[in-house]
Amino acid sequence: MPSSLVDGNSLLAVDVGAANTRAVLFDVVEGEYRFVASGTAPSTAEAPLKDVSEGARQAIRNLQALLGRPLLDKQNNLITPNQPNGSGVDALVVTLSAGATIRTVIVGLLKDVSIESARRLTESTYARIVETIGLNDQRRPDQQIDNIIRMRPDLLVITGGTDGGASRSIKKLLEPVGLASFLLPEEKRPAVLFAGNEKIGDEVRDMFGPLTASLHLSPNVRPSLETEDLEPAQRELAHIVVGIRKRQIKGVDLLDQWSDGHILPTAYATGRMVRFLAKVYGSKKGILVVDIGASAALISAGFKDKSTLNVYPQFGLGENLPGLLNYTSLEDILRWSPLDISTGVLRDYLYQKSLYPSAIAATKEDLAIAQSVTRQALYLAMQSARRDFPRNIATIKPNLTPLFEPILAGGGALSDALRPGQGLLILLDSLQPVGVTTVILDQNNLLPLLGAAASQNNILPVQVLESGAFLSVGTVVSPVVTAKYGTPILLGKLTYENGVEARVELKYGSLETLPLQSGEVGKLAIQCLRGANVGFGPGRGGTIPVSGGALGVVFDGRGRPLDLPSDPVRRRELIKKWNWTIGGE
Amino acid sequence: MQAPVNHIVGLTSIVRERILPFSGTVLVQLNQKVSPNEVIAESNWAREHILLDVARLLRVTPAVAERLIKIKVDDRVPANTEVAVGKGLFPRSVRTPREGRVVVVGGGQVLIEVGDPKIELHAGLPGTVVEIIPNRGAVIQTAGALVQGIWGNGRIESGLLVNIAESPNGVLVANRLDVSLRGSILLAGMVKDAETLKAASELPVRGLILSSLYPSLIPMAREMRFPIMLTEGFGALPMNSAAYKLLSTNAKREITVNAEIYDRYSGARPEAIIQLPTFTDPPIPHEVDDFSPGLQIRMRRPPAMGMIGSIVAIPRGLTMLPSGLRAPAAEVKLENGETVIVPLVNLEVVG
Repeated sequence: MPSSLVDGNSLLAVDVGAANTRAVLFDVVEGEYRFVASGTAPSTAEAPLKDVSEGARQAIRNLQALLGRPLLDKQNNLITPNQPNGSGVDALVVTLSAGATIRTVIVGLLKDVSIESARRLTESTYARIVETIGLNDQRRPDQQIDNIIRMRPDLLVITGGTDGGASRSIKKLLEPVGLASFLLPEEKRPAVLFAGNEKIGDEVRDMFGPLTASLHLSPNVRPSLETEDLEPAQRELAHIVVGIRKRQIKGVDLLDQWSDGHILPTAYATGRMVRFLAKVYGSKKGILVVDIGASAALISAGFKDKSTLNVYPQFGLGENLPGLLNYTSLEDILRWSPLDISTGVLRDYLYQKSLYPSAIAATKEDLAIAQSVTRQALYLAMQSARRDFPRNIATIKPNLTPLFEPILAGGGALSDALRPGQGLLILLDSLQPVGVTTVILDQNNLLPLLGAAASQNNILPVQVLESGAFLSVGTVVSPVVTAKYGTPILLGKLTYENGVEARVELKYGSLETLPLQSGEVGKLAIQCLRGANVGFGPGRGGTIPVSGGALGVVFDGRGRPLDLPSDPVRRRELIKKWNWTIGGE
Repeated sequence: MQAPVNHIVGLTSIVRERILPFSGTVLVQLNQKVSPNEVIAESNWAREHILLDVARLLRVTPAVAERLIKIKVDDRVPANTEVAVGKGLFPRSVRTPREGRVVVVGGGQVLIEVGDPKIELHAGLPGTVVEIIPNRGAVIQTAGALVQGIWGNGRIESGLLVNIAESPNGVLVANRLDVSLRGSILLAGMVKDAETLKAASELPVRGLILSSLYPSLIPMAREMRFPIMLTEGFGALPMNSAAYKLLSTNAKREITVNAEIYDRYSGARPEAIIQLPTFTDPPIPHEVDDFSPGLQIRMRRPPAMGMIGSIVAIPRGLTMLPSGLRAPAAEVKLENGETVIVPLVNLEVVG
């Protein structure tokens, strides 16, 4: 008998990514929901097929070949519900990140208030802000109109005004925006999300209602100057994004129909899981989820009172790669490389890879470049996302990454058949966690699918999360300290369940590991030297329970922020040494 | 696994749907012969406007301004047309600063579209209109040799193809461009410096078919008034042997280069077409194929990026690559005789 509250309904989850489409089956095994298997196929949003349902069908076919039971009928339609002969599934959920970046114009009153909220709202999905209209905009209205027209936005996000507050200024701002919408060809008019002063909702309806088939009003993101509430608008935005994709990409409507409307942007589904995890497992520390793939880099953090969700298409590793150079230099990317690679080779890589986003590194040099780019892109995404973290969160130093437990990481760049050590090293370099944290790799990229499944079945995510479907890489100890290279900064003693002890002396600039298998637990006694701080205070140690993982307990003594040697030869030697220690090569 | 196809074909039917980005007027008829630069559909979409705030300029209320405005929506107004005149002994007046068309009048304001609003859709290839897509465009068919590229600067032109690349890895330099090449479309290897593009523009040539271009030259290449098509991409990459062989053997023939901007979603990509006379329509090439032994492929990424080869075998499951990653892969015999293991996602079929 299943112990869940539902009667063992099987659930198929399909994730349509920019490069790959995955079909994942969750079903009841020995009374609890489990991740059963997944099938993958190349995504087909792009030409020549231009129909995402083709890739979804192929992924499902690959899955049914593994399962040995049919999920599609002879007409290639999904069999629902589950049949007595074992074919089919009871329900389907879909997450979607394929598609071109959504070009967005944001409108708000003040730069640091409503425009900032509009920015944060827009960054919660696969959008790029192409124009900002605000109260301090010095341009003439006709210049604003022409700019909006030239940008051909897919979406207008309008904020501004506190509830019941002044409305004249925002109405004045809306005039050029409305005129620009009117002047765009009818089939190119953008969807509109209004999340401002609720008092003018009717006027917004009157102005934009006749102009767009997709007008959405959500509660104000800034009900008062001091309060920001993005969640309701994010939910509405998620529906708008699916609507935009239905218009842009064939096959999305079929998946919507198959799933009975349970289709969400992947980022939103991930954000939903982070909120859930923060509520269920939240401690004083935050929960961090990162994902980096061809379409975007995603950083979502859950804290006790607030969660953040930031999607950065500009830091995606696919078609937007040349744009990365607007945010960083070739030299800053190459600082992560263990091989001597010229800036010219890297520049060519960024442009050439953008032509073939789904291509993977087949040679050692290509992999060194790809992983350097991943590190820098994720580093930039983390730096950007930190701006939106709440102020009253647990930190060791305010200018460093806050304390997180755990860190969950997924996405093609981290999970594509890399050794766990390589994935961990990318995360340590780019996120630079501090203190003690568990690092978990979402190798099957299940997290957003669980977020989407939560709307169908709220037991499933909990049971799958606790089932070991995620790969625990291990516990990472990262002291905050400044010292000379080679100086001892921490002593660790790991006591296993059987009483055996293992010790480590961590020197500044090095990485060390102590083995602790997945599923095992131990007690880690930490003695901090030279004022090192792992969260107990400068120079203070303590004993904590730790759980095992693929790499056991990892000690990162390279300092925070990570300061790489400026001498390129020495730097590359060090990176090779670190790779050798935990990267497995 | 399905394989993307890069068309490099000596003789094929080429069928292209050419549509406006939004509704407009189709200017061609069924079975009409068209040339590559012929406008087959057009639409109006103004991108420049002038907003005259009559109420503010006349210092009257919007309601009063409404009554004073003398022009109405859709009026075509020359520059300096009187839009409204105020009241009083020395009345102020508002005039149009430029010629245009009135698009909105309301709230005491007048919005005028100025500049050329016309959007033109060119045929892009020489051929026959085989289908009309009402209000949007047409389907055009032709027969001939086809070479697809990976990057284009958005221009279209036809002309005589002249091969000045002695080999697939030739480099085009400015002093190679002399007056005898004026008006030609050049098959010309890779370009590494701005002087060469400048010299090509000053000559001028009618088009460049290049293997590759340095990334720093992309903005300049976009500004060129003639088409530039890259067969391989960015950096210093030799032209793949299949494209080079097909193009070089067609030198001195009339060629059309539609250096359309690559759009992975619509499938639009740059291509060079040499129209050839045929008695019957040759077959249309597949847009996707299934990876299988014997297929001719092109390498999209290192090792041997751009090189042509053929699939020897496709091992089952995942294969360990030289990088250490594991992926579905193929054993590929390259044209230089070397055999390499390549992930399937890094291959495209040539045909």
